[in-house]
Amino acid sequence: MIFNSFKAALPRTLPIFAGFWFLGLAYGVFATAHGFPFWYPGLMAIAIFGGSLEFVAVSMLCSPFAPLQTFIVSFLIQARHIFYGIAMLEKYKGLGWKKPYLIYAMCDETFAINCSSQLPEGCDRGWYYFFVSLLNQSYWVTGVIAGSLAGDFITFNTKGLGFVMTTMFAVIFTEQWRNERIHTHAYIGIVCSLFALVLFGKDSFMVPALVMMVAALTLFRKPITRQIAEASHD
Amino acid sequence: MTDMTIAEQMITIGLCAAATLITRFISFLAFSPKKPTPRYIQYQGLTLPCGIFAMLVVYCLRDVDLLSFPHGIPEAIALAFTLALQLWKRQMLVSMTGGTALYMLLVQQVFA
Repeated sequence: MIFNSFKAALPRTLPIFAGFWFLGLAYGVFATAHGFPFWYPGLMAIAIFGGSLEFVAVSMLCSPFAPLQTFIVSFLIQARHIFYGIAMLEKYKGLGWKKPYLIYAMCDETFAINCSSQLPEGCDRGWYYFFVSLLNQSYWVTGVIAGSLAGDFITFNTKGLGFVMTTMFAVIFTEQWRNERIHTHAYIGIVCSLFALVLFGKDSFMVPALVMMVAALTLFRKPITRQIAEASHD
Repeated sequence: MTDMTIAEQMITIGLCAAATLITRFISFLAFSPKKPTPRYIQYQGLTLPCGIFAMLVVYCLRDVDLLSFPHGIPEAIALAFTLALQLWKRQMLVSMTGGTALYMLLVQQVFA
């Protein structure tokens, strides 16, 4: 059972392996280029485990010490996880000792896989989520450490490899779209994201986008709930 | 390079980690697993993910500049190719590998 769950989790995390190793290498090179020893990015990869904040943390470390600002900026960058938590409340229910680890390791990519995938047959739900989370985290940590140790030796042209993340989210969105008969909330998501991007700019649009989505979904709760109920009766 | 003392550096990293943990745990702490989750929160949990993925696609493409060369053309072609593969084969790995390979070819050779 445990082995089956591992076997099911591994192929689904392979795209993340590619993406995380690329980004992790880049981050390791970036951090050591700022004069930090290799175990600094390694420590941050384990303690923070959130790519975008880890990049920002390097520039925070190179600025004057400002604990309050550090905390507030970190919270704002990571605030989207609050919404991931709401989406995973039911899926992570009743998983015992694994649950705290799953929540700690819930980065964008792990959330994406665990939230979207239908559980394969012969799998234990808890172990499957656990292996997806653990594999993804190990890719990130090893990638970061490798990057900080050996950044200078990478010779092949990796330009554009980071696009793998874009394709992953786009494919997951497509599958969600196909699995749902009602697309009203998907349209709301697209419109809010683009609207927030135009309004707040590329560096800080995610939280406003999520707030707009929750507000719009709340506003249209009655018609959307009715649509979903009607679609499941057909 | 940093001007902070070691203690200040560790506090800074610790605060980043603490803020992250709070955002990841807060929803699970706010709603007890023993009681059923409120209907409104269940509704958000059901309808929100699709929008989140739309937002993450937008996030990945946030650095694309439509006004200057190459005007987002490589991204548009590679994304269209990814989606076409997905609708045809429905194999996530195939679509992602194909789309990324095409994108790398485009930005390294065609639009270089």
